[in-house]
Amino acid sequence: MTDAQTAAPTADAAVRAAEALPPRRNRVLAKLLANRMALIGGGIVLTFVLLAVFAPLIAPYDPIKTNFLAIRRPPSELYWLGTDELGRDILSRLLHGARASLAAGVFSVFISVAIGVPVGLIAGWAGGWVDAIISRITDALLACPFLILAIAFAAVLGPSLTNAMIAIGLSAVPIFVRLARGQVIAVRNEDFVEGARAVGLPGPVILARHVAPNVLPPILVQATLTIAEAIIAEASLSFLGLGQQPPSPSWGSMLNAAKNFLDQAPWMSLFPGIAICLVVLGFNLLGDGLRDALDPKEN
Amino acid sequence: MTDDTIIEAVGLEKRFGGAARSFFGKPTVVRAVDGVSFRVARGETFAIVGESGCGKSTLARLLLRLIEPSAGDVIYAGRSVTAASPSELRALRREMQIIFQDPYSSLNPRMTVGQLIAEPIALHGVARGAAVRERVAEMLRLVGLLPEHAERYPHEFSGGQRQRIGIARALASGPKLVIGDEPVSALDVSIRAQVINLLEDLKARLGLTLILVAHDLAVIRHTADRVAVMYLGEIVELAPTDGLYDTPMHPYTRALMQAIPVPRPPVEGQARTKPLLEGDPPSPANPPSGCRFHTRCPHARPRCRTERPALRSVRPGQSAACHFAEEIAAAETAAIALPPASDALRRRLALFAAAQAAPSRATSAKEAPR
Repeated sequence: MTDAQTAAPTADAAVRAAEALPPRRNRVLAKLLANRMALIGGGIVLTFVLLAVFAPLIAPYDPIKTNFLAIRRPPSELYWLGTDELGRDILSRLLHGARASLAAGVFSVFISVAIGVPVGLIAGWAGGWVDAIISRITDALLACPFLILAIAFAAVLGPSLTNAMIAIGLSAVPIFVRLARGQVIAVRNEDFVEGARAVGLPGPVILARHVAPNVLPPILVQATLTIAEAIIAEASLSFLGLGQQPPSPSWGSMLNAAKNFLDQAPWMSLFPGIAICLVVLGFNLLGDGLRDALDPKEN
Repeated sequence: MTDDTIIEAVGLEKRFGGAARSFFGKPTVVRAVDGVSFRVARGETFAIVGESGCGKSTLARLLLRLIEPSAGDVIYAGRSVTAASPSELRALRREMQIIFQDPYSSLNPRMTVGQLIAEPIALHGVARGAAVRERVAEMLRLVGLLPEHAERYPHEFSGGQRQRIGIARALASGPKLVIGDEPVSALDVSIRAQVINLLEDLKARLGLTLILVAHDLAVIRHTADRVAVMYLGEIVELAPTDGLYDTPMHPYTRALMQAIPVPRPPVEGQARTKPLLEGDPPSPANPPSGCRFHTRCPHARPRCRTERPALRSVRPGQSAACHFAEEIAAAETAAIALPPASDALRRRLALFAAAQAAPSRATSAKEAPR
């Protein structure tokens, strides 16, 4: 009966017109802003970005200047977060290290999404031998542990932070290829994709307009998780001398140095660890919020 | 008839599979549609009925070339659809549209209703610029929705409303032929009549030709002009609707007719004269020899097992693919007639007739608010 009622222009039609929904982009933003967890996540990420950008202004000490009179000092009013094994201020190193770590996380994931998602979309959409070739290469790459792959790429490219980011990004590509491919295969058989063909839309348009938006949510979540992995991978590469070059700080290299002094100077590992956790949490919350905001079914 | 044909299927075949499943396994080929030919006249409502898995949805998709036929051809308005180039095919898509069975999966959940309906309008250049919005509003009104609904997402609507959106999208490009792939079977029974009536109304108003795929014979009876009955990828009977319902000629059609729930079920003790069909249809990957229906046919004879019956004219305008159609029909006509009504039912019917003859209060009360 509801159907029949909506057919007739009635008073509540006018009401409905009045409360007509705002344009789509504003809705996504409004929903993101209404989501408290997403706001917290965004706040954490934004804070760390600002700290990284303004590190030279905020940092109380030079992050690479050693001081042999203040080796492994516990947190005090002079050194808020203590000092490391060379007497460098941990707070200052943390602030400066945020630059390398955030960059490593964000840029490397950007690289892997930019390469992996289109390749996965094509593999899932085209099927046949295109899919077979792409999938076999992906399988081969996934068979190697992520870190080993990153080390191999970094070793080939040469030691520097930029190369470490590229190496991490390339190593994470197969994760996104496989994820995007699987999602496309699931969505490809939905009626609305066939409907788009029945309307007469060309394949690439269907892929871009009907398939890609429905494939996005799990990729978004995976991307936020991979940022965390990338930060840690950068730490490992730094440890091997393939990432951030000493004495410049990164959270990973700080952790690696600190692990030798776990019982004598726990603060050396505690604070970089907390920083990594917070950033990862922030990105995860933000990613979850973004996924929900992009889903018209969530309200 | 020939000049008036809008779409014609010529020996359409669709085989799925063919590659060996395992290294030693024999390749399995499923003949979903196996040599189907028919013509649909302009302005006609043509129904395709059959059990699940008989290939009727595959046939609908073949007609639109949403899947490529393995053999045969589809002729739309004198042009081959199968041989059409990509640009010709796009032009054809404007003329022939499909309404899907499931209104929950046939609309992209991430597009607004307006975007969904505007897509074919913009693609085929039916309208440009601001006129697109107007056309969307017009389409929404046409199917009984409000122009304001364009801003909403499909999940904000009920099943019946979604199917209306699907219809609006299908009609947006101004097609001549609309194929409904079980357009109401996913809907609540209470909504079905509305959607069917809407389709009929639109057909009359826009001069459409409808091809309805269905498994619900009750729906077909009220809408279709002609009916094709499919079994395991073949058409077993092709007849005008009245002819099919009054004198079904193929044993399978007869069985389907007997499966329709009747408003006057036989009283106790007077069981149905014929048992309903038993079992599932055989696998189309390994269809029976000869007549494909012989494994379930109550009239099967040795000849049915060896010789495949062709679709042949058995009555004026009515064809069936059965060796013994006339014989069986003659023997069974009496049996298919309804059993005589019981005394109690007769009394109730008399009461009902009396109540209908008198201008009842209930009826006038219902009319009043209009």
